[in-house]
Amino acid sequence: MSKLLELENLVVHFDADGGLVEVLDGVNFTMSAGEILGLVGESGSGKSVSATAILGMIRRPGRILAGSIRFAGIDLLRLSEDEMMRYRGRRIAMISQSYRTALNPVISAGRHISRLFEIHEGSSRASAWWRTSELLDLVGVADPERLMKQYPHQLSGGMCQRVMIAMALATSPQLLIADEPTTGLDVTIAARILDLLRDLSKRTGAAILLITHDLGVVAQTCQRVAVMHAGQVVETAPVRELFRSAAHPYTRALIRAIPRVDVEVKLDPVPGTVPSLHHPPAGCRYQNRCPHAMEICRREKPHQAAVGQDHEVACFALGEHRDAAA
Amino acid sequence: MTTEIGRATYAADTETVYASFRRRLLRNKLSLAAFCAIGLLVVIAILAPLIVPLDPNEPDANAVLERPSWAHMLGTDDFGRDELSRIIIASRTDLLVPFVSTLLALAIGSLIGAICGFRGGWLDQIVMRMVDAVMAFPAFVLAMGLTAAIGSSITNLVLVIAVTQIPAYLRQLRAEMLREREMEYAHAARTIGNPTWRIVFIHLFPNCFPTLIVQATLAMGFALLTLAGLSYIGLGIQPPDSEWGEMVSEGASLMVTGYWWLSLFPGIAILMTVLIFNLVGDGLRDLLDPRTRGR
Amino acid sequence: MTPLLEVEGLRKTFELRGPNTWAARLRGERPVVRAVDGVSLAIGKGETLGLVGESGCGKSTVARCLLRVIEPTTGSIRFAGEEITALGGRQLRLARRALQMVYQDPTAALNPRLDARRAIEEPLRLHFKMTPAQRRERLNEIIAEVGLGADLMARYPHELSDGQRQRVNIARAIAAHPSLVVLDEPTSALDVSLRSRIILLLEALQKRLGLSFLFISHDIATVKYLAHRVAVMYLGVIVEEADGVSLFKAPRHPYTRALLSSVPVPDPDFCHDRLVLSGEIPSPTKTYVGCRLRGRCPFAEAVCAEPVPWREVAPGHRVLCHLA
Repeated sequence: MSKLLELENLVVHFDADGGLVEVLDGVNFTMSAGEILGLVGESGSGKSVSATAILGMIRRPGRILAGSIRFAGIDLLRLSEDEMMRYRGRRIAMISQSYRTALNPVISAGRHISRLFEIHEGSSRASAWWRTSELLDLVGVADPERLMKQYPHQLSGGMCQRVMIAMALATSPQLLIADEPTTGLDVTIAARILDLLRDLSKRTGAAILLITHDLGVVAQTCQRVAVMHAGQVVETAPVRELFRSAAHPYTRALIRAIPRVDVEVKLDPVPGTVPSLHHPPAGCRYQNRCPHAMEICRREKPHQAAVGQDHEVACFALGEHRDAAA
Repeated sequence: MTTEIGRATYAADTETVYASFRRRLLRNKLSLAAFCAIGLLVVIAILAPLIVPLDPNEPDANAVLERPSWAHMLGTDDFGRDELSRIIIASRTDLLVPFVSTLLALAIGSLIGAICGFRGGWLDQIVMRMVDAVMAFPAFVLAMGLTAAIGSSITNLVLVIAVTQIPAYLRQLRAEMLREREMEYAHAARTIGNPTWRIVFIHLFPNCFPTLIVQATLAMGFALLTLAGLSYIGLGIQPPDSEWGEMVSEGASLMVTGYWWLSLFPGIAILMTVLIFNLVGDGLRDLLDPRTRGR
Repeated sequence: MTPLLEVEGLRKTFELRGPNTWAARLRGERPVVRAVDGVSLAIGKGETLGLVGESGCGKSTVARCLLRVIEPTTGSIRFAGEEITALGGRQLRLARRALQMVYQDPTAALNPRLDARRAIEEPLRLHFKMTPAQRRERLNEIIAEVGLGADLMARYPHELSDGQRQRVNIARAIAAHPSLVVLDEPTSALDVSLRSRIILLLEALQKRLGLSFLFISHDIATVKYLAHRVAVMYLGVIVEEADGVSLFKAPRHPYTRALLSSVPVPDPDFCHDRLVLSGEIPSPTKTYVGCRLRGRCPFAEAVCAEPVPWREVAPGHRVLCHLA
C-alpha cells in the first residue's frame, strides 16, 4: 500500500545569530493513511520543525537544503505557494499546544469554525452554523450551541483545544498534525483529548502525526512511533515493539529515564546533553552520549536499517550494521 | 521553535565585563560614533572659553552681518560678534541645563514612581492624580507659564524644565515597577529573606534601568528643545548670554532679508545635539542589558 | 515527635472585583474565590509530602501561603513549633531562612541582572555574617552538592541552560541550610531527560542533608517516585491523603481514582481502569456545602449534598467522602 506521507532525507538549516544551526539532518519517516504516528523527541530534536516543513512554512532564516516531502505522491517542497495553499489547512491540518493564543479573542468560538465552512465550501451562514454544531458534537462538546456563542477567554483549556480540533477537522483533512496537543492541559482533560483524537482518527480516517515528548502519551495513543534526536530520526517501530524491544541506545535511555505510575522503577537519567546544533558532531549525533559509540560512529552517519518487522534503527551497533561491521 | 534553536546557541565563553563592553561597542559603529561625539561635545563645552577663536561677547562695528569667511567661520551677527564663538560658548548652557534638569527629574520622578508602583494604595492614587493634573498642560505651555512666574535665571530654568519632565519618569517607573514586582524573581527575593527596601532598590529598580536610560536621553533632547524654545520666545536665557535657541530667534527676523547663517548654524547645533543624545541612549541601553552580553 | 510543619485549617479567599461582579455586589453578595478552603497537613523531618491536583485546586496557593508570599485569610501554620502567620518584619525574615521555595519557572525566578554566584550567595549575605572567603567556600560546597561547575558561576541566567538554571534555583534554596523546601512544579518546565536528573538530585539532597520537601506537582509519576506521603487536592480542599504506596495501590476517593487512571503510562499493553468524571472542573467561585465532586462523580448519591466527613479508611489513609 502506498504511503500517505513520506519524508525523505529532509535537511533544514537556520541562520541564527551565532552561525548556522543544522536543525534537521536527513530526516526520514513515513505514514500510512489513517495511521497515528507518534513523533517523539526532546526540545531541539527537530520534531516541530519537521511539522513546519510539512506545512510548507519554513521561512527565512530557515532554509530547506535537501530532501522531499511526498504527500499522496506529490512532493510538497516542489509546489508553489499557491499550490501549497490548497493543501495547508485543507488536506493537511494542524493543532498546536498554544491553543489559547491561536484563537482570536474578538471572534466567537462558533465563528472560528463556521468561517471555515463558508470559505472552503462556500456554505451559507446558516448551513455553516449548523455544520459547526455537528462538528462540535463530534469532538465531544456537550452543549455545542452554548459554546459557539462564547468567546475564547470564556473557555477552559480543554474546550479551547476541542475548538482547535474542530477547526482542523472542518475541512476533513487526510493528515492532522498535532503538535504537543496536551502539554499544559490538566491530566484528566488531556486523557480525554487523547481519547478523542484516537476516536476521530478511526471515524474520519484521518492520519494523525502526534508530536510529543511524553512517552506515556505515545504508548496510549499511537500505532507507530518515530524517535528523534538532535535532528535525526533514530528509530521507528510499531508501538508495542518499541516499548518491548527498543533497539536504539537513545530510545532505551529515554524509557529508563521516566518515572512511572504503574510500576516501581529505578530512574536512570539519559547520559550527556543534547549536542549543540551549531557545531554538531560529524557522524551520529548521539555519539557523545552513547555507551556503545565506536570509531565509525564519529565518521559516518548511520542510515536506518531494519532490525525487525517494520522496525528500523539508525545505529551502527545494531541490525544490519552489526553484521556488516563485524 | 525559536526556543529550540535558542537553547542550542547560548554563549559558551565568558569574558570580563570590560572586554565585553569594548567588543560590543566596537561592533556597533553608530553607537561608537555617538559616544565619541558626545564626548567631544562635553570637551568643547568644558574648554569653551579657551578654544573660542574670538571673544563671543565683543561687538565689532566693522564686521556687522558678515557672511561666513575665513576670518569668521560662521559669519557674524548684527552686533559684529563672531557666530562660531557664540555657538561654542552657548554649548555650555545647552548641554548643562538639559543634563542637570534631566538628572533632577530622573532622580525625583523615578524614586516617587518606584514607591508608588511598589506600594500602590492611596499614596499611589493621590500621586497619580497630581501627575494627571500636571500632564494636563502641554509641557511647553507649562514651562512658559512657570518661567513667566518665577523668572528666567539659569537655576529657575533648570527647575522648570525638570518639573515638566518629572511626570514622564514617574509614570514610567511606576509602570515598570508594577510589572517587575509580579515577576517570579521578585517573589523569590522575598522568600529568601530580603527586606522590602532591598527588593525594590537592589532587585527591581536596576531591572528598570535600561528603559530609564533610553527615556532619559530622549528626554534630554526634549529638554534642550524646551530650553531653545523658551529662549526663542524670549522667556529663556536672556541676552547677552548666548544660547542656541536664542540665537535662532535673533536670526529669524533677519533670514528673510537674506542673512541665512544666523539661524542656520545654531539650528544645526540643536539638531545634531539632540540626535547625538538619542543615539547615545540607544547605545547605552544595549550595553547595560546583560541579555545582550553574549552578542 | 512533632512534625516540622503543621498546617491547620488554612484558608485563602480572593475577592473578585471588576465590572462582572457589580451586579452581584448590588444584590449584597460578595463574590469570592475560595482558592484554599480548609487545608490541614503535616510534614515531618526528612519527609517528602507530595501535593497533587489539577488547575484550580489551590496547591500553588497553599505554597504561597506557607511562604507568606500571599497572606492566608485564616488558619494556622506552625513551623518548627512556631506560629508563622503572626510573624512580621525581621522575625519573618529569620524564619524564612529555614523555609525556602523553588519556583516553577527556572528562568523567571532568577534576577536577569545577577550572575549565578551572586544569586546563590544572596541568602548567605542576608542571613549570616560571613567574610567573602567564607562565602566562597560555602558556595563551592553548595555547587558541589547540586552538580554545578564553578565555571558557570560567572554566567547570567540567560547564558545557562534550563537544567543549569533550575540547579541554580535549587542551590539558592539550600544555601542557608533550610529545614523545609517547598518545590512548586520544579520539573514541569524541563525536558524529559533533564527531569530525571533533577528528581535524582532532589532525592540525594534529601538523604544527604535531611531536608523535608513539600513537592507540588501535576506530574503524578514524579510525585510517586519522590514522595513518602501524598495528598490530593480538588477545588481548594484535600480529598485524600495517604502514604505513597497505599495511595497508588488502593486509591479510594473517586477523584483520586479518576486522576490516577488518566495518567498515560509508557506501556501500550497497560489496561487503564479508567474512571471518567463527567463535565469540566467547575468555576471556583461557587460555594459548597456538600461534596465538591457531586456534579461530576459517577457514584454520587443524595447524601453527598451533606457536609462531608473525613474517614480514616486505613491507618494513615484518610478520605473526604461519604461513600468511600
